[in-house]
Amino acid sequence: MNWFQLWAESFPTMLGGLKWTVLIAAASIIIGYPLGLLLALGVTRENRLVHWISLVIVEAGRGTPALVLLYLVYFGLPKAGLSFASIPAAIIALSFNAAAYSSEMLRAGMQSVHRGQREAAAALGLTSATTFTHVIFPQGIRSTIPALMGLAIQMFQGTSLAYAIAVPELMQQAYTVGSQNFQYLNTFILAGLMYAVISMPATWITVFFERRMNKKYA
Amino acid sequence: MGAGQAFLAVLQGLPMTLLLTFASFIIGMILGVPIVLGLRARSSAVRLPMRVLVDFIRGIPIIVWLFVLKFGVSVGTFHFQPAQAAIIGLGIVSAAYLAEIYRGGILAVPKGQFEAAAAVGLNRHTTFLSVVVPQAFRIVSPSMATYLIGLFKDSSIASTIIVAEMVFQAQSFAAQNPTLVGILPYLFAGALYIVLSIPVAALSRRMDRKLQEARA
Repeated sequence: MNWFQLWAESFPTMLGGLKWTVLIAAASIIIGYPLGLLLALGVTRENRLVHWISLVIVEAGRGTPALVLLYLVYFGLPKAGLSFASIPAAIIALSFNAAAYSSEMLRAGMQSVHRGQREAAAALGLTSATTFTHVIFPQGIRSTIPALMGLAIQMFQGTSLAYAIAVPELMQQAYTVGSQNFQYLNTFILAGLMYAVISMPATWITVFFERRMNKKYA
Repeated sequence: MGAGQAFLAVLQGLPMTLLLTFASFIIGMILGVPIVLGLRARSSAVRLPMRVLVDFIRGIPIIVWLFVLKFGVSVGTFHFQPAQAAIIGLGIVSAAYLAEIYRGGILAVPKGQFEAAAAVGLNRHTTFLSVVVPQAFRIVSPSMATYLIGLFKDSSIASTIIVAEMVFQAQSFAAQNPTLVGILPYLFAGALYIVLSIPVAALSRRMDRKLQEARA
């Protein structure tokens, strides 16, 4: 069998894995980014306790390798009586990762809003909640979008680590196919191409947004 | 077995983690140079393929690179040892990321520097080596330090191809200890990554501050 025939044969199985890859990445982003916003708000709070707790969570999430988080949730927590199946465990660990990273980006974005905006809102008598939802957030989120898109691509690639906790994602399927047909090189290259086919255009779109954003603010 | 043993088990993997990190960082630093030259080439026949190559390398998760090198590459009876595959894989990925960092640094060198070099009659080669590189190096050093921290954490992925670094050691200790103590190696490993990153992060911030001062 030639190289392409092998690919054609393994492709359906790998595509089944890619489905989980995309689902887990999407879930981690959908859960992680709002949590990241909460953490960003926590870190910028004047209240010492809230500030420090948020900061510790963010630094732990950013400073620990994603693989350690995955192992901790999947293999570690059951030893304390808290067990998760592999897919929920992956989503928990990767959401935590996404939350920690996005919080720094969102914090920078919110802080980039000119302070005159805050003063104007106060002068108009807006409550601090309304100031955030209607003045600060809509402006701050714009400059954060390219960074959040970049992080989404990183999250997509990061799901490959869920292989290590037996999630049936793309890498796991590639390994299974490879151990059946013994064509590891062929199979892992196909897996790499499948990741690249999604990541590369996504990166180009992100760069496009980044450039447009820079032009607007220049 | 107690907390002490768990900590020692993790610590046993530290030398390998450091070896993976620094060896691949050095490979990346060196290979990044020809790549950034390609990315800045005047001929688009060089520039565009290089752009695609860099985006391609960065578009593939590290674990895939490690698996290709560890399980995919075999010439006759030759196979890479796990640590070799990890260093080469992490080195390739670092080269692509560091080349992008270099590129950003070169772009950040003020235009006036190029003009001044041309005005005093320096050729393209001398301008690049004596004017642009020293300044670009200062500009990129904080980002390179940040990348080094990222690479330090990414070296943990080598545990998936059975390299006996920190996470691998944590994992094997945990597998032997089903009780509560088995959760400790993961916490210790996580804490070690954070604690060991702090000096590099501090250095990065200091370099960044100095740079800001120099530019002000």
